[in-house]
Amino acid sequence: MISRVNLYKLLPWAVTCLLIAPILALILSAFQIDDSGSFQHLIDTVLWDYSLNTLLMILGVITLSFIFALPVAWFVACCEFPGRSILQWALMLPLALPPYIVAIVYTDLLDFSGPVQHFLRALMGWQQSSDYYFPDIRTISGAIIVLSLSLFPYLYLLLRGAFLGQSGGLFQAARTLGLSPTRAFFRVSLPLSRTAMAVGLSLIAMETLGDFATVHYFAVSTLTTAVYNTWLELGSLTTAAKISSLMLLVLVILISLENYSRRRQKLYQRSGATHTELRFVLRGWRKWGVLTFSWGLLFFAFILPLAVLFYYASIYFSQSLNLSLWKYTLNSVWLAMIVASLALLIALIVNFYQRLSPGVLAKATIRLSSLGYALPGTVVAIAVLIPLSSLDLWFNRQLIEYGYSRVGLLFSGTLFVLVAGYLVRFSAIAVGSIDSSLAQVSPSLDSASRTLGQSAAQTIRRVNLPLISKGMLSAFILVFIEAMKELPTALLLRPFNFETLATYAYQFVSDEMIEYAALPALLIVLMGLVPFIVVSRLMEKAS
Amino acid sequence: MFIKKFLSSAVIFSSLSVSSFAAYADQVNIYSFRQPFLIEPIMEKFTAETGIKVNILFAKNGLIERVKREGKLSPADLVLTSDFSRLMMLNDDHLTQAVDSKILNENIPSQYRDPKQHWFALTTRVRNIYSSAERVGPAADITYQDLASPEFKGKVCMRAGKHPYNVSLLASVIAHEGKADAKTWLEGLKANLARKPQGNDRAQVKAIKDGLCDYALGNSYYLGKMLADPQQLSWAEAVNINFPNQATTGSHVNVSGVVLTKYAPNKASAVKLMEYLSGEAAQKMYAEVNYEYPVNAKVAPSKLVASWGEFKADSIALADIAKQHQTAMKLLDEVKFDL
Repeated sequence: MISRVNLYKLLPWAVTCLLIAPILALILSAFQIDDSGSFQHLIDTVLWDYSLNTLLMILGVITLSFIFALPVAWFVACCEFPGRSILQWALMLPLALPPYIVAIVYTDLLDFSGPVQHFLRALMGWQQSSDYYFPDIRTISGAIIVLSLSLFPYLYLLLRGAFLGQSGGLFQAARTLGLSPTRAFFRVSLPLSRTAMAVGLSLIAMETLGDFATVHYFAVSTLTTAVYNTWLELGSLTTAAKISSLMLLVLVILISLENYSRRRQKLYQRSGATHTELRFVLRGWRKWGVLTFSWGLLFFAFILPLAVLFYYASIYFSQSLNLSLWKYTLNSVWLAMIVASLALLIALIVNFYQRLSPGVLAKATIRLSSLGYALPGTVVAIAVLIPLSSLDLWFNRQLIEYGYSRVGLLFSGTLFVLVAGYLVRFSAIAVGSIDSSLAQVSPSLDSASRTLGQSAAQTIRRVNLPLISKGMLSAFILVFIEAMKELPTALLLRPFNFETLATYAYQFVSDEMIEYAALPALLIVLMGLVPFIVVSRLMEKAS
Repeated sequence: MFIKKFLSSAVIFSSLSVSSFAAYADQVNIYSFRQPFLIEPIMEKFTAETGIKVNILFAKNGLIERVKREGKLSPADLVLTSDFSRLMMLNDDHLTQAVDSKILNENIPSQYRDPKQHWFALTTRVRNIYSSAERVGPAADITYQDLASPEFKGKVCMRAGKHPYNVSLLASVIAHEGKADAKTWLEGLKANLARKPQGNDRAQVKAIKDGLCDYALGNSYYLGKMLADPQQLSWAEAVNINFPNQATTGSHVNVSGVVLTKYAPNKASAVKLMEYLSGEAAQKMYAEVNYEYPVNAKVAPSKLVASWGEFKADSIALADIAKQHQTAMKLLDEVKFDL
């Protein structure tokens, strides 16, 4: 019999093992096959260029996301200016736009044949490309800018949460001790939000590492490109797995270094005035500066791409309106809800394990359960197929042995595999946001509760969960939105006759007909907006 | 005892679940590299005529891997591809089975099907060279080799070299001229590009219209589709379509095709569908709706496609091109074509 004490230790490990089993299976199966010298070929030719591009992409995107997210998070959390309450939720909206759609919109707008350069040529009377200089959008810088515009809200969301949770008294104390607002920010507020920053930046780094679609539109070749080419075009699984393992290794090292660097840091908030009550009222040029920056960011990250989609959708409305769209919308929504709920559950299990028995092992479960996020979607999809199809083959053999007829692909041919693939990919987001909100709840509260005779389970239910309810909500919403947008996993793992909005839009995108994809893309955004609106209403009620 | 109970409940559960695939005689399951909206009209007609239901699963990558993993239990009966290299990969990985059908043999000329009957081409598409109507005019005697000669410097546009259509063209150059000459050609082509390889086939036509380049590589059917779209008509009218290498080897031709999977659960219906796809009704739809060249000699290309004129196709065996596929991929890395 498994005692209850063991169960709470077993469960997190069981969950983690399930999540990393596909990745392990992929790596193992890859090294069983003989390599046809593809890896050596890559080393001799393009591997270094690809690695350099990947490195530049990651560094570029996390730097630029930081530059975008930090100021707006601080303005919205700690300053008062007109329209602040709208901005605080509006800045999350870019998350609802799939990055590959934003990439297509911007490359279309800004490349040589796009409307912007057309307009400039007509205006200035330029004839050909040699008559003027215009930065080339299909470069690594272009990819970095567009990906940062899509991803910065992760960091914004976590930083804003951290700033809001901080005691405003600390900031005021720093001011009283003679620091200028800027210095107080850099020496008190910023270091206090280190966990949120680390979680946000590593999510962004992972998403960048695993991205294929966006860099593809920008004609930038990265390590992901190498994985696709070697595996799906050259048929060398071994080389593809070697590259994937390298990518994961680099990621694990980076995250461990970051963790190590703040190993002595333990930050918890106690009661006291929050920033909400002590917001710094902005006036004059500061007000205008903040407004320009925040709305400008929102314009380029959300309003402009959305407007372009509306424009396409209106021109091609009659051709792209399809009665099945309603069905695809429902499919997308309920799939995303199931995945978001399960991911939240996984995140709670793993995080509370760490809280109840902190240590290296618990840390490891958190890191390992998040690995899938850094791999490209198609790789995750095939990785998930490996154990599940083996399970199916075994199961059917058993059935026949016991005199039943076979049932086919019960696990790998149904929605089961789709949900599994999404969870491997997106649990990281939920785990990260719960990690960062739980980090702000002081363990002395737990001790107090336990001293007062509550059990561990009661403490979680009556003390911890209520305190991280906002974090749970944002974890749910983030996974929900990612699942709405997800393309490669859905495309490859779905059963017959099952379309989501993303897979439906993709058949047009992949045949060079973005115009027809605009309507389903808009529906993805609209459905992603629903939870935002619900949450902002809830937040208003709460405050 | 426990296992038996578990198994029987699993059987009941799975018979209730909609997505499980018992082998009904009246349906065909397709894994498709081709977009559903291209083939759905044809499938609907097939269902109307035969009563056989067609289920399609579309993806651009990874379907071969999925068939491989699913093994004996794979629900897929047919795999439809949009280029030749994927047909060969399925064949080489032993995921296919032979189909001995009189109808298929009659409908499809022998160079467009496997001598061992494992794969069948359904339509062909030409890798054309577009030229600017305004600055160049028709270029009837242009060759792929011209695109690499010094007088074309800065005048050529194309999509990524690693795109299957370009890989296949390069593989055919290797098959004709050998690896060393193909490499010289590829380097010359790279040096002539007006911009880094990017965008899709339509984007190249657009670039010619805007004066960024004078020549571009592209498949024939995209021009048909652009001419049919009022918003894109003006791009299409800015170019002439040319069939390269008419005086030499002939224009490079790729195919879309179909295979029957090794463990196809609905074999009889699947073969019926294969035969239907090669038949006159379906071939006519491929030609009229998608502007592709039908393989069935009894069906003529659409009026528009026919107006582009007769042409000499490269007569080299598709299998010989496919053999150079890996070399072509590696050559693209060696000259860092897309970087």
